[in-house]
Amino acid sequence: MIMALILISLAVLLLGSAVCALFIGSTGRYASRAGVVTGVAGAVPAIAAAVVVLDTGKESSMRLAWQVPFGSFFISIDPLSAFFILTISIICALGAIYGRAYLRTYTGRRNLGPVWSFYNLLFASMLLVVVSRNGVLFLIAWEIMSLTSFFLVMFEHEKPEVQLAGWIYLVAAHAGQACLMILFLYLGGRNATLDFDGFGTTLSTAGAGMIFLLAVAGFGAKAGFIPLHVWLPEAHPAAPSHVSAVMSGVMIKTGIYGLVRIISLLGMPAQWWGWTLIFVGAISGVTGVLLALAQHDIKRLLAYHSIENIGIISLGLGLWLLGVSTDNPVLGALGLMGGLLHVLNHAVFKSLLFFGAGAVAHATGTRDINSLGGLQKRMPYTALSFGIGSAAICGLPPLNGFISEFLIYLSAFGMVAETGVQGGPVAGGLVTLTALGMIGGLAAACFAKVFGIVFLGEPRTVQAAGATEVSGTMQFAMVIPAVFCIALGLGGPSAIKLVTPVAGQLLGKSLGSAVSDLAFDLLWKISLGGLALIVVSVFLWNLRRRLLSDRVNSTGPTWDCGYTAPNSRMQYTASSFAWPVIDIFRWVVRPRLQVSIEKGLFPRHAKLFAHSEDVFRHLLFDPIFRAVSEIARRTHVLQQGRNQLYVLYIAVTVLLLLLFKVR
Amino acid sequence: MTVLTSIANLLLALALSPLLIGIINRTKAKFAGRKGQPLLQPYYDLIKLMKKGSVYSTTSTWVFRLSPVASLAALLIALTIVPSGGMSGLLSFTGDFVFMAYLLGLARFLTVIAALDTGSAFEGMGASREVQFAIIAEVVLLTGLAVLAIGTGKISLTGIYAKLWDSSASSLGPGVILVAFAFLIILLTENARIPVDDPNTHLELSMIHEVMVLDHGGIDLAFIQYGAALKLWLFAALLTGLAIPCRFGIFYLDMPVNIAGIFFTAILIGIIESCMARLRLLYVPQMLIVALAVTLASLLWILR
Repeated sequence: MIMALILISLAVLLLGSAVCALFIGSTGRYASRAGVVTGVAGAVPAIAAAVVVLDTGKESSMRLAWQVPFGSFFISIDPLSAFFILTISIICALGAIYGRAYLRTYTGRRNLGPVWSFYNLLFASMLLVVVSRNGVLFLIAWEIMSLTSFFLVMFEHEKPEVQLAGWIYLVAAHAGQACLMILFLYLGGRNATLDFDGFGTTLSTAGAGMIFLLAVAGFGAKAGFIPLHVWLPEAHPAAPSHVSAVMSGVMIKTGIYGLVRIISLLGMPAQWWGWTLIFVGAISGVTGVLLALAQHDIKRLLAYHSIENIGIISLGLGLWLLGVSTDNPVLGALGLMGGLLHVLNHAVFKSLLFFGAGAVAHATGTRDINSLGGLQKRMPYTALSFGIGSAAICGLPPLNGFISEFLIYLSAFGMVAETGVQGGPVAGGLVTLTALGMIGGLAAACFAKVFGIVFLGEPRTVQAAGATEVSGTMQFAMVIPAVFCIALGLGGPSAIKLVTPVAGQLLGKSLGSAVSDLAFDLLWKISLGGLALIVVSVFLWNLRRRLLSDRVNSTGPTWDCGYTAPNSRMQYTASSFAWPVIDIFRWVVRPRLQVSIEKGLFPRHAKLFAHSEDVFRHLLFDPIFRAVSEIARRTHVLQQGRNQLYVLYIAVTVLLLLLFKVR
Repeated sequence: MTVLTSIANLLLALALSPLLIGIINRTKAKFAGRKGQPLLQPYYDLIKLMKKGSVYSTTSTWVFRLSPVASLAALLIALTIVPSGGMSGLLSFTGDFVFMAYLLGLARFLTVIAALDTGSAFEGMGASREVQFAIIAEVVLLTGLAVLAIGTGKISLTGIYAKLWDSSASSLGPGVILVAFAFLIILLTENARIPVDDPNTHLELSMIHEVMVLDHGGIDLAFIQYGAALKLWLFAALLTGLAIPCRFGIFYLDMPVNIAGIFFTAILIGIIESCMARLRLLYVPQMLIVALAVTLASLLWILR
């Protein structure tokens, strides 16, 4: 029954993809309609299947023969898959609804058929990635996912920056894919099968360690671990906003899924695996949010925040491995649950924020934070949703980001306090909670900046002043995740039930439910505190309103210390707001300031431009790729373009191999 | 009984926290050779403000109006977590201090976005500085709590503080003192006192917290000032619990000792404010880094 549901889902999406592809060249109105209908219709059975599996905790699978060497159409849904199916389906359905309204302005101007075709195909491939249980099938689904998202990134393909973004993404995706191929070849070679259930624990310690590192590199390139993140800040701003939301909200999480899946196949983890993930998570989290703070393109900023949140998830997973390997399974389970719950939470608020960023770009025509302002009055629903999303991503109670971060904190503090003084857990816990504390402060700074500069104050440009609220459909797509943020935050004790079956699957049922009960008792009190917060706020608000009701209430200009003619350009900008923090961390962020002031006694014009480039891209990957192209240029003499010569190369190679063999 | 004492402690905090500001001001006046304002002046100010109407900037939105209300609520809830005088906090659970730290973060976030809501460059400046210092201050607070958690083996404020009063924790002594020193610096930073910020200055450019609330008035300002007093009480209670590890186990004795400790903290703040000048803003992060270094030193002591 469950397999039937997921197959229906895949079939609907593939059908939708095919139908949309037929509309190539038409105005796009029908393609949009068909795309959104199939996108939402495809999500429903998948969600149903996921809910059933999460509820019962039972795995169901299906295996069909397939005429591919080592391949079999072996798919299965266990709680881990179900959890990701749930996340993917909800966000993709919302993205489809939002996308239809978002793409409306392009109707007739752009070829929307392929966009919807690739969108549904991307959705289907993500589902297939999390259900496939065969290496070949997995890699094919993974490749389709990479390619379809590449085509979606290339939506505005005539722009040079989009071409560059697409190119970087394509290279990064395939570098990751190469690691995964080696990984599966190694696993498959050891076990003579590529079915996941055939990967027994025949691996040596070193072999398992190598598989783990390959998984971190291969899946990390998709998830956005630093320094493999360089494609994210390029690709996310280039893509249409609903695609950015899906890519950032759920597609990068397939990397997390892959990592957890492979680790679960490797048997008992070694302690250094946990260390690796904690280290990677701390670096990704802190550096990601620092780089985000330095950005002034709203979507690029959000892309860096995805790296930060992937870092938080990685910290949780690292504590899981550290806990399991040092015989502290309860603390490990808390880390795992926190990390997994953060996958869902981040998907919810990050898609919301990308929807909001898209709405802002839609209404004003710019993504530059410094040219916006005052949108709260012009786009109230977008602003409210974006504000809730901002508070949630900072991990502020009573919203959902806090719940998952709390579980990770709890695991970290447990490692610190309860595992005895000696050994790794204490240090692991300390690193995690220091990193989390820092990420929390920086994220709050960053989102105070985004929300404050974009939506509050006075509009800084004519475009911002002339903005109007986006359509009802787009508002709907933003309000729904905002409601999720509040519901998952206040309903923490229920949210934990979503990941309990997954913890049960990975760590044993009894431990899973024991830890779930433990977390339930704590989250219940946090919900109580959150409710009390709301009740007290409402009480104080009413008190204030009642006291003010019969008094003189007036309005006036903002007090600017006696200065009589302030204008909107004198407001603090995003760059000036973030500068003090950037300045402390300039050894990581490397901001560049360009100042030009007219000479003379009364300079009329002055310009200041602050920009920070990705240090990893410029100091790490650029030299590597320059070296590669240099080598390619040197060996270019071998390539003369004559077929006879190539035949000769082949003959020589074969001869050499033969000599090598008979030697 | 414990619930009743917790409630009693909370009510005392709610009633007495504005008095801390009065004590600080009186201390500073004594040092300056002035007679000083009445001890109860902060209460008079609050009452006066509560009687006023409102003036709102045309730039500002509901964010500006909601912020004082919701941040006061967040600080109130945060205060329920803090144990005082050896009695458990009203809301106490494993990991409660994370909740407390993030509630303080919520209050800060709301204040900052309200400042940006006015569109004033001055308030933007204050907001920017507030978030800058908070980044390091939050790390110091969490690391300090982690050190205490290692030392006591507990992961709740009530648990930690109860264990500190226990005689078996005497070996932690120097470590706890170092954490207390770091917490004092955090107290000064978070509550916008000298040497980080000068609550009395009238030059808006040099301020942090006061400049953020420049546009608030009337009831909103009363909420903000009362919230600031509660926050001061909260940090003073955390500090007192570390610095005066003395407990009788009887509410009627512990409570006065604790409150005396909190008042003494206020006097200490007054003395610091009288003896020091405000640091240049560029040096504030360095001071916070010192606090972090002190916390790490205490960590070394605890882990020795």
